Amino acid sequence: MKKKYTVIDTPVHNIDGIAKVTGRAKYTFDVTLPNMLHGKILRSPHPHAKILNIDTSKAEALNGVKAVVTGKDTLGVKQGIWRRYKELCDEEILARSKVRYIGEPVAAVAAVDEDTAEEALDLIEVEYELLQGVFEPLEAIKEGAPQLHEHAERNINVTRHIEWGDVEKGFKKADYVREDWFRCSSQAHVCMETHGAVASFIPEGKLTVWTSTQSHYYIQVLLAGVLDLKENDIRVISRYTGGGFGSKFELDSAQFCSSLLSMKLCKPVKIILTREEEFMATKRRTPMFYYVRAGVKKDGTFLAKEARVFTEGGAYTAMGATALYLTGFFQTFPYVWPSYRYDGYRVYTNTAPTSAMRGFGAPQATFTAETQIDLIADELGIDPIEIRRKNGMYPGYEVPGQAYIQSCGLSQCLDKIEDWVKSRGKLPPNRGIGIAAYGFMSGGIFNWFDTPYAFSSALVQVNIDGKVDLYIGSQDMGQGSNTTMAMICAEELGVHVEDIRLHMGDTDKCPVDLGAWGSRETLMQGNAVKRAAAEAKRQIMEFAVAKMAPNIVYDLDIKDRWVHLIARPERGLSYYDVVKEAIRGKDGQPIIARGHYTPHRKGMISPAYSFGVQAVEAEVEPETGKITLKHCATAHDCGQVINPLGVKGQLEGAIAMAAGYGFTEDLPMDEGKILNPNLVDYKLLRATEMPETEVVEVETYEPEGPFGAKEAGEGLTNPTAGALSNAVYHATGVSIKDLPITPEKVLEALREKNEKKEK
Amino acid sequence: MKKTLLNITVNDETFELYIKPKKLLVEVLRDELGLTGTKRGCNTGACGACTVLLNGVTVKSCSVLAVQAEGAEVTTVEHLADGAKLSALQLSFLDQGAYQCGFCTSGMLMSATALLNEEPKPTREDIKEGIHGNICRCTGYNSIIRAIEAVAEGKYREKR
Repeated sequence: MKKKYTVIDTPVHNIDGIAKVTGRAKYTFDVTLPNMLHGKILRSPHPHAKILNIDTSKAEALNGVKAVVTGKDTLGVKQGIWRRYKELCDEEILARSKVRYIGEPVAAVAAVDEDTAEEALDLIEVEYELLQGVFEPLEAIKEGAPQLHEHAERNINVTRHIEWGDVEKGFKKADYVREDWFRCSSQAHVCMETHGAVASFIPEGKLTVWTSTQSHYYIQVLLAGVLDLKENDIRVISRYTGGGFGSKFELDSAQFCSSLLSMKLCKPVKIILTREEEFMATKRRTPMFYYVRAGVKKDGTFLAKEARVFTEGGAYTAMGATALYLTGFFQTFPYVWPSYRYDGYRVYTNTAPTSAMRGFGAPQATFTAETQIDLIADELGIDPIEIRRKNGMYPGYEVPGQAYIQSCGLSQCLDKIEDWVKSRGKLPPNRGIGIAAYGFMSGGIFNWFDTPYAFSSALVQVNIDGKVDLYIGSQDMGQGSNTTMAMICAEELGVHVEDIRLHMGDTDKCPVDLGAWGSRETLMQGNAVKRAAAEAKRQIMEFAVAKMAPNIVYDLDIKDRWVHLIARPERGLSYYDVVKEAIRGKDGQPIIARGHYTPHRKGMISPAYSFGVQAVEAEVEPETGKITLKHCATAHDCGQVINPLGVKGQLEGAIAMAAGYGFTEDLPMDEGKILNPNLVDYKLLRATEMPETEVVEVETYEPEGPFGAKEAGEGLTNPTAGALSNAVYHATGVSIKDLPITPEKVLEALREKNEKKEK
Repeated sequence: MKKTLLNITVNDETFELYIKPKKLLVEVLRDELGLTGTKRGCNTGACGACTVLLNGVTVKSCSVLAVQAEGAEVTTVEHLADGAKLSALQLSFLDQGAYQCGFCTSGMLMSATALLNEEPKPTREDIKEGIHGNICRCTGYNSIIRAIEAVAEGKYREKR
C-alpha cells in the first residue's frame, strides 16, 4: 500500500540523537561561564516553625563567600503558577517569617566553589520557634488542627465539585452498589538531571537564566513577577532538559536563588540541586485518599458514581489545584456514567508540596476506578473486557458539561487486548492478567496561568538554499517534541526532516508556547507549526503557479521537495528552484510565515482525548508476596502516529514509571521528613525488573489534531497501577487498595483471606 | 588543602594535573578536562550516569577519587565515536530510540560497551544485569536492551 505521508508515520532518529549519544548535548548541568560562582541553598530542618532571626554574618565572613541572601533580600512576593487566582499564589521562595515543610529554602549563598558555599551554609544561624505540625490530610482538615496559612481555615486549600445527571436516582435504580476506600501514594519524578540554573545578570539590566525546564516561557514570566523585572528583560535558555515529568514548569529554588544572587553580584551564579534536595524539596505526585461508590445494573450497565477525594497538598498550592480537578474528571474515564458527583478537597499539610506529575491526577483516578470495576464485574459474574465494552465512551460522546469526545478508539483497543489475553492461554498457578482502560487529554484548555498570548506559536523562515528555519516555543525534555515538530513542518511543507533547522529553548528567539505539560505539544504546538508551514507553502506555490501557468482549476502541492500538479504529479519543478526564484521575486526577502493555535469552543478541559487499554500479566509468590511483572500489552489510540519510534519509547517509559508507582515507589515520611531521599532506598524499576512490552497502535483520526494526531505519552502512565492491582487480584483473590502494592500488603491480605476461610 | 599531582590518561591523551586530593574522578573529567559528556545524577554511585571505563572496567566516577586513577587509562563517552563515525552501539541506540532525555545515555553506553567487550554474545539476562546499575527514568530500558542485542547479533558489523 502506498504510504499516505512522506515524512510522518515513518520511524526517524530523534533530531537531537547524535548530540545525546556522543555526550555533546549541553544541559544546564554542563553550563560554565567565565567568573561563575557556585550557589547552595539553606533549607528548613523543621516541618513547621516561625523564623525569629537569621544571622548570616559568620557565613559572609568566610573566605570565598561572595554573597548571602535571605527572605529579607526578596520583594516578599507570594508567587504561584495559578496566577489567575491570587489566593492560590501562596509560596515565598525564600521564607521570610515562617517555614511550612522540611526542605523549604530560607537562605542562599554564592561562593567561589561548591565546597565553600556548603561550608557557609553551616555558618548561617537561624533562630526558629517550633510550631506543631500536621502531616495527614484527614488530620489537617479537623477543627483545631494546626493551621498552616492564615487564609485557609481547617487547612482547606482548594475544593472542586463536578456533577452531572441525577446521582440519587441512579443509585436507586441500581441492582448493585459498592463502595471502596483507596489510598494513592506519592511518587518522586526522579529526573536524571536534577533541578538547576545558571543565572547571569549584567548591570545594563538584563538577566539570562540557563535552566532545566519544561517551559522557558513560564519561568521567564514567573521570575519577572518575583524580581520585579519586565518579562523581556529576562532571557531563559533551555536547550536540553534532562527529564521533567511534570516537575519542571513551576519556578524552583535554583532558578530564583541563582537569579537573586547574580543580581546582587553582577556575576554568573550556578545552583544545581543535589539528589537529596531533589527528593526533599521539589514537588511530587499528589497522595490521595479516595472514596468511590458505584451503582450498576445486574447486566453491568453503569448508572451512578460518587467520588470524594482528600489530597495531601503539602505546604503550598503549586499545581495541586489542577490535579484535584483532573482526578475528579478522569475518575469517570473512559466510560459513560449517566450520573456522577465528585467532591475534592486539597488540604495543606506540613510536607513538601504535591503537584503535577505525569498523568496529573489521572493515574490515581484510573487505579481506583479500574480496581473497583473489576471487583464489580467479578461480583456480577461479567467478563472484565465485556463490562468495559458495554460502558465505554465512543466517538461523539459528550461528557455532560465538561468535554466533547471526537475521535475514540476505545472499542478497537478492547478488541486487541481481548485477543492478546486469549493468546496467553491458560496461565500457570499464581499468575493473573489484569486489564485497565484509560483516556487522557491532549493539552489543557484551562488558563490558570492567565497568559495573554496564543497557547502555541511557531515561525517558519525558508531561506535561499531551501533550508527551513523553524522557531518553536515548546520544550523538549526527552519526550521528543523537537523531532515531532520538525516532522510536522517537513510533511506540511513537502521537504525532508534534514531540511529543517530547529530553534527552540530560548525566550529571546522563540515565539511563546506554554511548554511541555498536560500532553499539549503534539496537538497544540503541532497545529501552530503545521499552520506556519502551510502558510510558507502557500507563498512558495504562488510563485510556482505563476511559473507553471497551469489551468486555473488545477491544484498544486509540494511533496518530497517536488512542487507539482496534484492531478499530474510528474508535471512539476524542484522545490529548491522555486524557492530561489520566489525569494528573488520578493526583492530578496526570505519566505516568512507564522502560525498559532489556541483552542476555542472545545469544552473546559482539552480539545482531544487519547484512549487505550492495557493488560498486565503478573506472578505473585504466595509465600513471600513478591510480585514479578511478566508481560505488559497495550493497545493505544493516539490518533495519527507522527513518529512511531517516539511513541513506542513513550509507551515503554510510561510503563516503567507507572509500574514503579504501582508496586515499588513510595515516599514514606516521619513527621514530614522523607525517609528515603536517595536512589538506594527509593526503589524505581531497573532493567532487570521490566516486563516484556507489546504494543498495538489503534489509529484513529482526530479532527482537531495536526494530521489527526493526539497525545501519546502522558496518558500511558494512567493504566498500569490499576492493571497491576487487577492482575494481583486475579492471581491471588486479594485486592489491594493501598498503593504501592508491596509484598507485605499482599501477604497480609492473603493471611486475612485464609483466616476468613478457616472460620 | 594542598594540591597533588595526578598523571592520568583520558581517551588516549595523557594529562598532568594538579588537583585537590579529595576531587572525584567525575569532577576532574568534567571540571578540569571539560569532558561534560559524563553526567552526575546522584553522587552516591546509585544511578550510573557517571559511568566511565577505568582500565577497561566500568566504574561510577562519582565514587572514585581522581587520585585512585593515578597512572590509569580512562575512557569516556567522548571517545566512543571515531570522528564523525559513530560506534556500533551509538548507531544502534539511534535506531532503537534507546534514549530520551539523554542524561543517562553516556553512562548507559559505557556500561553497554564494557559488557560487549567482556561478553560479545550476551543473553538477554546478561544484558539486563549489565545495565542494572544504570537508571533510566525515560525509556523503560527495553529499547536499550534491544539496541545492545542488535549489536551483539552483529547487525552493525559492516559499519564498524
